[in-house]
Amino acid sequence: MRKIKGLHLKHNKNTANCPTEKFPVPKEVLIPMNMNMGAHSEPIVKVGEHVNIGDKIGDSNAFLSVPVHTGVSGTVKEITEIRLSNGVCKAIRIETDDIQTTSENVKPPVINNRDDFVKALRESGLTGLGGAGFPTHIKHNPSVPIDTLVVNAAECEPYITSDHRQMLEAPDDVVGGIKLVMKHLNIPKAVIGIEANKSDAIKLLQEKTKDDSGISVKKLPSVYPQGAEKILVFNLTGRLIKEKQLPSDQGVIVMNVSTAAYIHTYAKTGMPLTERRITVDGDLIKKPCNLFVKIGTPVSEILEYAGCDTEKIKKLIMGGPMMGMCAYDVNTVISKSNNAVLAFEKTAEKTMTNCIRCGRCIKACPLNLMPTELEKAYNRKDGAALKKLRVGLCMNCGCCTYVCPAGRQLAQINQLAKAII
Amino acid sequence: MNLLKVTPSPHIRGEMTTQRVMLCVLISLLPTVIASGILFGLPALILISTCVVSSIFFEFVTRIIMKREQTIGDLSAAVTGLILALNLPPSLPWWMAVIGCFVAIVIVKQLFGGLGQNFANPAVVGRIVLMLSFGSAMTTWTDPKYLNTFNPLFDGYDDVIASATPLVREFPDLQVQASYLDLLFGTTTGCLGETCAMALLIGGIYLIIRKIISPVTPIAFIGTVGILSFIYCTTGTGIMFGLEHALYQMLSGGLILGAFFMATDYVTTPITNKGKLIFGVGCGLITFIIRTFGSYPEGVSFAILLMNIVTPYIDRFTMPKPVGAVKEEKTE
Repeated sequence: MRKIKGLHLKHNKNTANCPTEKFPVPKEVLIPMNMNMGAHSEPIVKVGEHVNIGDKIGDSNAFLSVPVHTGVSGTVKEITEIRLSNGVCKAIRIETDDIQTTSENVKPPVINNRDDFVKALRESGLTGLGGAGFPTHIKHNPSVPIDTLVVNAAECEPYITSDHRQMLEAPDDVVGGIKLVMKHLNIPKAVIGIEANKSDAIKLLQEKTKDDSGISVKKLPSVYPQGAEKILVFNLTGRLIKEKQLPSDQGVIVMNVSTAAYIHTYAKTGMPLTERRITVDGDLIKKPCNLFVKIGTPVSEILEYAGCDTEKIKKLIMGGPMMGMCAYDVNTVISKSNNAVLAFEKTAEKTMTNCIRCGRCIKACPLNLMPTELEKAYNRKDGAALKKLRVGLCMNCGCCTYVCPAGRQLAQINQLAKAII
Repeated sequence: MNLLKVTPSPHIRGEMTTQRVMLCVLISLLPTVIASGILFGLPALILISTCVVSSIFFEFVTRIIMKREQTIGDLSAAVTGLILALNLPPSLPWWMAVIGCFVAIVIVKQLFGGLGQNFANPAVVGRIVLMLSFGSAMTTWTDPKYLNTFNPLFDGYDDVIASATPLVREFPDLQVQASYLDLLFGTTTGCLGETCAMALLIGGIYLIIRKIISPVTPIAFIGTVGILSFIYCTTGTGIMFGLEHALYQMLSGGLILGAFFMATDYVTTPITNKGKLIFGVGCGLITFIIRTFGSYPEGVSFAILLMNIVTPYIDRFTMPKPVGAVKEEKTE
C-alpha cells in the first residue's frame, strides 16, 4: 500500500469542541446566483416581491446548474451583481422581515425511485458542502454501476471543524443520508474516512454503524491532503483514479459527510439548501466558533459577531488556509461552498530566492509531480514539457508552495501553466 | 478603509527558508572549523576567514556589476567560501585562496546566473583550479599539533615540508600508515577540513537529522569506496587486510567531507533519491579508480565534478512517475 505523501500541518482545530450556534438572522442577505461549478442561475423574482424561507429565487435550464433558494423571508430589495472568488454573477439582495415565515412550498419530497431521487437532489439546490461545490444531482446520477460510496470526513485543512461538528451533533443524519444514497443509487457498500485527530467522531460513527454491514468507518492518518479525492479513494479502497478519469470510472462516488447529512434532513423536511455550518477562526477572531449561517449572510456581520476588529485584517480567507480563496472585501457573503471564514492579521511571508533545487517540492507532492521542473517549463512556455510532466494532474493542494525554502509560488505557477497546454 | 491582501493559495508556509538551509550547513561545519583550529592553529582560522570573507565580497561586487539584486543575505556565498577553505592545505598563501574563491563565486556561480544555476559545485571547481594552477603549494602539508598521538610507532616529520598525507603514505608501505584513531580525530596531515573525520561525521549527522541532506548520497558514496576497496584488497591478501584497507580508505582524505558536504549540494546533484543513489555510487566508483589506479592520491574532487556534469541526465532518467498518469498515446 503506497504511503500517502503529504504534509503534517499544525491542525489548529481550535473550534473542535465548539457546538454550532445559530447565527442570528441578518438584516439583509445578498444571495449570489452562481455558487458552484456550472451555469449561472437567472433570478426568477422581481424587486419588491415578498419571499418566504425556502422559496426558489433563481434557476437555470442548463445541464450543469442548480436552483438557488432564500433562507430568509422578506422583500427583494434589488437585483445586483457580486464578485466572488469564481467570478462575477448576479445576486439578489433581500431585506429580512421580523417575522420569519417558511414557504408553503417546503414539504418533504416524494421519492419512489432513482429518478425521483436525482430530481429531488436538484430541487434542493444541493452542491457539495466540502468546499468544491459540484452539483450533487449530477454526481449522483452516474451512467455506470457504482459499488462503493466513499464518504469524505477527513477535513484535512487546518482550522476547519464544521464536518467534525456535523458528525458529533447529528450523526443520525449522516448515517441516514448515506443509507438514502446507497438505497436509491443501488450502492452496496459505503466507507466513511475520518482523520485520526477526530477520535470522538470515529467512535461515535462506529457505534452508529455497528449493526450495518454495508457501512464501515475507517481511520486515516492526519496528513494533508487526506481529503483530496484521489488520495481518499486510494487510501480507502485501494483504487487509483487515473488521468482523465472520474471516480465513477473506478466504481466509486465520493461525497462529503455534511452533504450526506443534508440529504437526510432534506428528505425529512423538504427545506432546500439555504443554511450551512461554517467555522470562524484566525488570529484576529476573539471568539472562534462554529455557526449555522444563512446563505448570503454578509461576512462583515459574522466577523463582528465573532469579535474581530475588521480594520486589522490583512487576509480574509474563505475556506481553509491551504486551498481557500482570499476575499477582497469584508462585505462578501457566505455561499453554498464556504465552509470556513478565517481572518488573519499575521500573514506568512517568505523572501523569494532562486530555486535551489532542493527537491522538497517533489517530496511533498502527493501526486508525485515535479513542481520545480514545472516552474522551469512554464517560464520557457514549453507546452510539450508541461504535458510530459503532467501538469494537468495538479490539484492545487499547495503542498509544494508550503515547503519551498526559496518561497517560490509553485502551486500558482502550476495553475497558470495549465492554461498553456 | 482597510485594504485586504489577496494572494493565491496556499496562505500558510513552512518555516524552512534558503537562508536557514545555508545557516544549518554553516553550523554543521562548525565542529570541523573548531577541529582545524585546534589541530592547525591560528593560520587555519585565518585562512578560513579569508575564504569566507572574499567569497561574500566577490558575490556582493559581482551582483552590483551585473545590476542584479543582492543575494549575500541568503548565506550561500559564505557556505561556498567555507567549504572551499576546508579543501585547502593549512599553509596555502592567502592570495591563492582568494583566487580560488574568485573562480568559485564569480565564474562558476554568478556568471551562470547565481544561486541555483551553476552546473558544478563551485567549491569543487575552485579547488581543482587551484590544484592545477598551484600544484606545489596545494600539496605542501603542515603537520597538525598532536600529530600521530595514536600511533606511537610512527615518527613525525618536521614542520612544513612536503610530507605525505595518509593516502600517499599508504601505498606501497603499509606499515607507515596513520592509525585509525589518528584518522578519526584528525591528527594526521591533510587539508583543513579533511583530517578530522569525527568532526565531519558529527556535522553530517546533524544535517541528516535536520533533514537538510538525504543520507542516500553519503552512504552510497562512502559505501561504494569501502566495498570496492575491500574487494580490491581482499583478492590477494585476505579478508582482514581487505577490511582494514576499506576502513582506511573510508576514513581518509576528503571522502567524508566530499560525501556529506559537497556531493549533497542541492543545485548540482540529482533531485530524487534514486538519482542520488546513482550519483553516490558513481562518485564512489570514480574516486576508487582514481585513488587506486590514477596518479593522484585523492579522487574525490574530480569524481564529484564529473558526476555533477552528468547530473542532468541522471535526473532525466529518474523522473518520478506521477500518480495515476497514463502513457501518452502515440498520435499518427
